[in-house]
Formats: sequence, C-alpha cells, structure tokens
Amino acid sequence: MSEKLNIEVPTMAEMIARGEEPEILFWVGCAGSYDERAQKITRDICKILHHVGIKYAVLGTEESCTGDPAKRAGNEFLFQMQAMTNIEVLNGYNIKKIVTGCPHCFNTIKNEYPGLGGSYDVIHHTQLIQDLISEGKLKAEGGESFKGKKITYHDPCYLGRGNGVYEAPRKALEVLDAQLVEMKRCKSNGLCCGAGGAQMFKEPEKGNKDINIERIEEALETNPGIIAAGCPFCMTMLSDGVKMKEQNENVQVLDIAEITVRANGL
Amino acid sequence: MISQILFIAITLAAIALFSFNLKKVIRNIKIGKAADRTDQPQKRLMTMIRVAFGQSKMVVRPIPAALHFVVYIGFVIINIEVLEIMIDGIFGTHRVFGGLGSLYNFLIGSFEILALGVWVGCAIFLIRRNILKLKRLNSPELKGWPKSDANYILITEILLMTAFLIMNAADAKLQALGAHHYITAGSFPVSQFLQNLLPASEGSLIAIERGCWWFHILGILAFLNYLPYSKHFHILFAFPNTYFSNLEPKGEFSNMQSVTNEVKAMLDPSFTPPEAEAGRFGAKDVNDLSWINLMNAYTCTECGRCTSVCPANITGKLLSPRKIMMDTRDRMEEVGKNIDKTGSGFDDGKSLIDNYITREEIWACTSCNACVQACPINIDPLAIITDLRRYAVMEESQAPSSINAMLGNIENNGAPWKYSPADRLNWAKEN
Repeated sequence: MSEKLNIEVPTMAEMIARGEEPEILFWVGCAGSYDERAQKITRDICKILHHVGIKYAVLGTEESCTGDPAKRAGNEFLFQMQAMTNIEVLNGYNIKKIVTGCPHCFNTIKNEYPGLGGSYDVIHHTQLIQDLISEGKLKAEGGESFKGKKITYHDPCYLGRGNGVYEAPRKALEVLDAQLVEMKRCKSNGLCCGAGGAQMFKEPEKGNKDINIERIEEALETNPGIIAAGCPFCMTMLSDGVKMKEQNENVQVLDIAEITVRANGL
Repeated sequence: MISQILFIAITLAAIALFSFNLKKVIRNIKIGKAADRTDQPQKRLMTMIRVAFGQSKMVVRPIPAALHFVVYIGFVIINIEVLEIMIDGIFGTHRVFGGLGSLYNFLIGSFEILALGVWVGCAIFLIRRNILKLKRLNSPELKGWPKSDANYILITEILLMTAFLIMNAADAKLQALGAHHYITAGSFPVSQFLQNLLPASEGSLIAIERGCWWFHILGILAFLNYLPYSKHFHILFAFPNTYFSNLEPKGEFSNMQSVTNEVKAMLDPSFTPPEAEAGRFGAKDVNDLSWINLMNAYTCTECGRCTSVCPANITGKLLSPRKIMMDTRDRMEEVGKNIDKTGSGFDDGKSLIDNYITREEIWACTSCNACVQACPINIDPLAIITDLRRYAVMEESQAPSSINAMLGNIENNGAPWKYSPADRLNWAKEN
C-alpha cells in the first residue's frame, strides 16, 4: 500500500504567499480528505503530480464540500450556498484548471458551477493519468508488475454515464499489460455501486439485497485479482462488498491512481 | 356516391375528434411550468433524426429492436397506402395510383411484405408479453389497463394487417375475373397465398374486398383516436420528445434560479433579486413540474427498459422509473379532468407525491442515470424524482433523518461527515 507521503503538499495560500501560481489545483473532496481509505488515494494522486513535476496546490482548510450530496438529496439551497462560497475562494485565487479524484466533485464543479459564476477547466484524475501516459511521462515501469493480472474496472456513474468518460481509466489499465475483463454491465450500461444520489449517507430502502452486493457479485463473476475503481464512494461500496463476500484475501479493490503509483514505483 | 359521403363524414369526424383530444393533451402538458428548450436547433434536429427516426437507442436490445423496426417501418411506409385509400374513398376511384405501373407493383409488393413482417412482429410481441411473460413486461405497475392497452394495440395491428392482406387477395381475384371497377394493378407476393381461401363468386369477393377496405380504414381512424388514451401515443410524441430532450451532460442537474436569487441576497446584502412570482421549491404536484416532464409522461410507452436497468429496482426496492412516468401521466390526466369539470382553481386534495408516488420510491434512487440512458426516446424520470425530493426537503423538511444529519454536517462543517474543517489537510501530515 502507498504509505508515507514524503513530499510537501503545497496549499494555495502558501503558494500565493510565495508569489507563485500553480498549473493546476488539486480538489481533494470530502471523502479524499477525511475517509481513511480515500486518503491513500489522495496521497497517491499527489505522488503522481509530484513525480511528473506538475506545479499543483490544494486548498487545504479553505476547501469545503462541493454540495453534491445536498443537491442530489434535493437541498438546492445548501448546494448553492456551498457552491457560491467555493466559487468565491476559487475565483479569489484565479484558478483556471482543476483536477479531482472524486467524480461527484468533478461533475458538480465542471457542470453546475459555471451557471453560478465558476467556470474552470475540470478533469478527473484518470484523465490526467491518461494524458500523462500519452505524453510518455508515466510509463508503468519501475514498480510492481501487473502483467497477466486479471483486472475488471467499475465505471462510476458520475464519471461514465454522467459525463461520458469511459476511455481514460481504461487507458491507464491498458498500459499495464494486464488482462482486462469487462463486467456484463459496463460503460454506459454500468451498474451503480449504490452510493450516489446521497445514498452513501443513509440506509438503503428495503429490498432483496444491497446494490453494492449485486455489483460485487457481478464483479466477482469475472474472477478478478483486482477490481479497479475511480471514485472514493465506489471504493467504499466495492470494498465493503468484497468483505461481505469474504473475498478480501483474493481480490483487491484499488483506485486507478493507486495502480498507477504501484506500476511506476512511486 | 353514398359511400363517398359516408367516408368523408367519418374521416372528418375522426380528425375532428382527434384534434379535440390532442388539444386537451397539449393543454394538460401546459399545466407544467415553462422551460426553454429551443437552443441549439441543429443539434436538436440531429438528435431527433438519430434517436426517433433512426431508432438508435433501440439497438441495445437486438431482438425487440429488430421486431420494433419492422413494425415502425411498416407503420411509416404503409401510410402511403393509406393516402391512396383516402383518395379512393373521397373520389370513389379504385387504386388511383395504379397508373404508376411497375412502380405501383413494387410499392404494393413491398407493403405486403412489410404487412407480413408487422403481423409476425406483433404476434411475437404478444407471445413475449403473454406466454413467455418477460419480467420487464409483467411488472406490478402493468397490471390492469396498461397490460390490456398493450394487448389491444398488438391485436389491432394484427387485424389491420390481416384486413389489408385479405383485401388484396380478393382484389387480385377480382382483377383476374375482370370485374368491373377492379383495374389490373399491384403485385401480391404475400396475399396470393390467401386467394384459395376466398370464395369464387364475384359478389362475395366484392363484399370481402369492400368489407376489408372499410375495416382497414375505419380501424386506422379508430386507432388514431385511441392514441390519446394509450401508451401508443409514442408514435407521435417520440419526435417532439427527442427534439426537446436534454442535451447537457446527464450528471448535470439544473440550478434553480429562484434559489440562486435568494442565496445571492443572503451572501451579499446589496444584491436585490429580480421580482419573481412566488413559486414552490421542487414539485409536489404535476403543475410544479416542467412541461418537458409532462410531455415525457405522454411519450412513455411503458417498455420498462428504464426499470430493468434501475439498480434500486433490480435489488427489489420499490422504485420503478417506469412507474414514475406512468404516475405522472395518470395524475396529469386527473388534473386535466378536474380542470374540465370545475376550472383551473380546483383542488382535489391530492398530489403527485404521496397519492401517486411514495417517499420510499424517491428515496431509493441513486441518481445513477441508468434509466435516462436506457430510454429509447430520451425520457428523463430522474428529473421528476429530483424535483419531488426538492419539495420534500426544501418545502417540508421531510427527509430521512440520516439525510438531515448529512445536510447538517455540510452546513456546519463543510463536509457530509462530522469532521472539523480544521482537520481537512490531515491526510497530508499523518501517515
């Protein structure tokens, strides 16, 4: 696992104080900031940015929830309060480009902030990784070999169907020389992990089974060594599912960023 | 001459009745709130051509797609035949396009093949619904009228195609007999096999031919007037529905302008919001939804592709996106009837939420957009679910308690979990 972060993570405030400007703002998101599992992914994204020498910064304590769960739950007031406050901070720092590890933050900032006065060039971290691979800056060399390993990728709804990003995460896996297997329901036909639309924060309504179990059963049918994810919420749901199925000895759930870091030995 | 007058009278009456009902439908759609979907006309037109004319989203399920395509093409092309029937009916002519010669033979021949295709397609559809009992076509929300409606449509189409083929068979036989009025025209690749089943006498053949002719055209006119009561309305509404469909990324939810004004005023005391009529936040009833949502409801053909991919439905939860659309249409029709009876100010004490759609349904949604993706004619059930949630949360403060806790955390801590904002950068320090 990606452990110690031996690099300094610069905040916007520090950068501005030094009279510098970052190329890109790394929007960490609430899950990436507080969820123990997602924090590892956050640190790995920093390692990638540091490794390729992109000048980046985070907002740190100046960042706040994008408002995504509030909006999906129907609280437009709270969403817009959050959005406008965040936009004020972002515009105050003259931010142009944003990368984030969370498809929910990605969707909200990219699509819903412009109408409220915040227009930025927003990319998901898998898109950044795709670009870096295309530019030859990430090579999947010098680290762990994934050769021949069976990997299946779960499409997060807000990255895939929500915004049509299907290829970038797959590109990051293709360079590994691993054996990629698609689940029956993938890409535009992908099945939700069960966390979106603010479900993450409530008990599921009653039914026959939980959605993440349905999803994990389908993932396990491909007999994977690794289930790849690109969203901290999917990560929680899939990891829980693997545990429930008592498969955590055999199957790892890893974010695309974590896989990239391992493959490149960062 | 009498039959011509009768024909013209019936046709005009049928068109008048249809126009009357269509106007009512449009009135019902206008119960909804205004929404502007007139931008990017070229992209909209292309969407309509691709999705409605080109059936591009049907192909996901190849078997029903192929069957539907035959029925659809049959419907579109056989309308040329209907044009001839109309002219013949009005002017008392017979096979007025017969003069086209070999082109006419080609047309009639292809109509017959299509008619057979439609016949077979509808028969398979009936088998899928009633004998194979496909899960998607036998959900609880389809009990009663929706089930009968589907069967009536398929049986009617089979009867119409049967009448068309028997009519041609009798006609060909009459042509061979050299009967008066029956000019030699058309080629009959399918109906020729029916000829032996028909009587030999000229009188009986004329009776059969005329009987089928009248049955065919009366059936079509009756079918036209059945549409406003039926899920079959999609044959008309699919076109405007795709034209006015959402062109933005599916993940993007609308920003409510009324809220923007209030929030701006809250954050900046010097901001004076423009005068706006006091409206409701979110939707309690159909009049709070937009006309797009309501047109969606009239367009829905209850195929259930949305429900069959809905993660909540798949795992046994109460939510069915198809039911959301059916409920919206039912409630809209009810409100429409209330308006007819007592004028627009009438309140029957009912609403879309609770009386039609339960809280359990709307809170089961993961907003994953699978239903929106699956709809072959770009219906958006998620937009309605979101508006109902907005009403429950902003007007009533009636969200599940864990949702309220999450909202409270965002408001107080800037995160959906109860962590201090001061700890936000801890991930960079701890290891």
